Amino acid sequence: MTYYLTLAALLFAIGLFGVITRRNTIGILMSLELMFNAANINFVTFSKYIQGDTLAGQIFAIFIVVIAAAEATVGLAIVLLVYRNWRGIDADNFNVMKW
Amino acid sequence: MTEVQSGVGIVFWILSIVILVSAFMVVSLKNIFHCALFLILCLAGVAGIYILLNAEFLAAAQVLIYVGAVSILIIFAVMLTSNLAAQKILQTNDNAMVALVVCIGFVLGTVGLIGATHVWKFTDKPLPENNVLEIGKLLMTVYMVPFEVVSILLVAALMGAIMLAREEKS
Repeated sequence: MTYYLTLAALLFAIGLFGVITRRNTIGILMSLELMFNAANINFVTFSKYIQGDTLAGQIFAIFIVVIAAAEATVGLAIVLLVYRNWRGIDADNFNVMKW
Repeated sequence: MTEVQSGVGIVFWILSIVILVSAFMVVSLKNIFHCALFLILCLAGVAGIYILLNAEFLAAAQVLIYVGAVSILIIFAVMLTSNLAAQKILQTNDNAMVALVVCIGFVLGTVGLIGATHVWKFTDKPLPENNVLEIGKLLMTVYMVPFEVVSILLVAALMGAIMLAREEKS
């Protein structure tokens, strides 16, 4: 079980690194997907080893997958809109709301 | 854990290496399109991990939703937005060293905590034999309300995405 948890921690850290360092907004969204998957691995691991027969962890993981899909849809729509208006999707340029 | 030395263990190590290497490629490559392809490989590896953890339905859902739908969505977005001539420019900003320190600190902290925990309350109850059947029953009984709420959320997200991305006709 500790191996699965360690794998999830490493995957989460790689995703965190991507979220902090990526300049491209789509890159940030892809790193977010990595972090979602790390959390899901944790849920399923605890569902098998700690909880056993009630499967609550797997149900949680399914809801996370659905919500991540919704998030990716809206996020990519926003990225398209930003690209159409500013001709670029670098996160450094998102400062129109700053004054 | 004895399981990790057996045949399951070999599969686990292979999948882990695939997942971690492709995840590293996702965050480090310069060409964003290659990043998307490595993301697909990484998500498929996570589906394999789910199968090792006896979560067959979740593995199937992962393949359908992530490897199928979300990846196609991301690749579409990359193709619509990326300037292919500019794919050689550096894709990271100047936070790389800070991020590296934060992430290494996170890994050391978490792995240290996992290693320091000796008393896991392991269950002796096995997972149900028919995974899909049990999940279907739970979704229609205990988790009925969250299930409906999440479907409303999906519809709302879909409508929001269409509203955001459509062309304005002036």
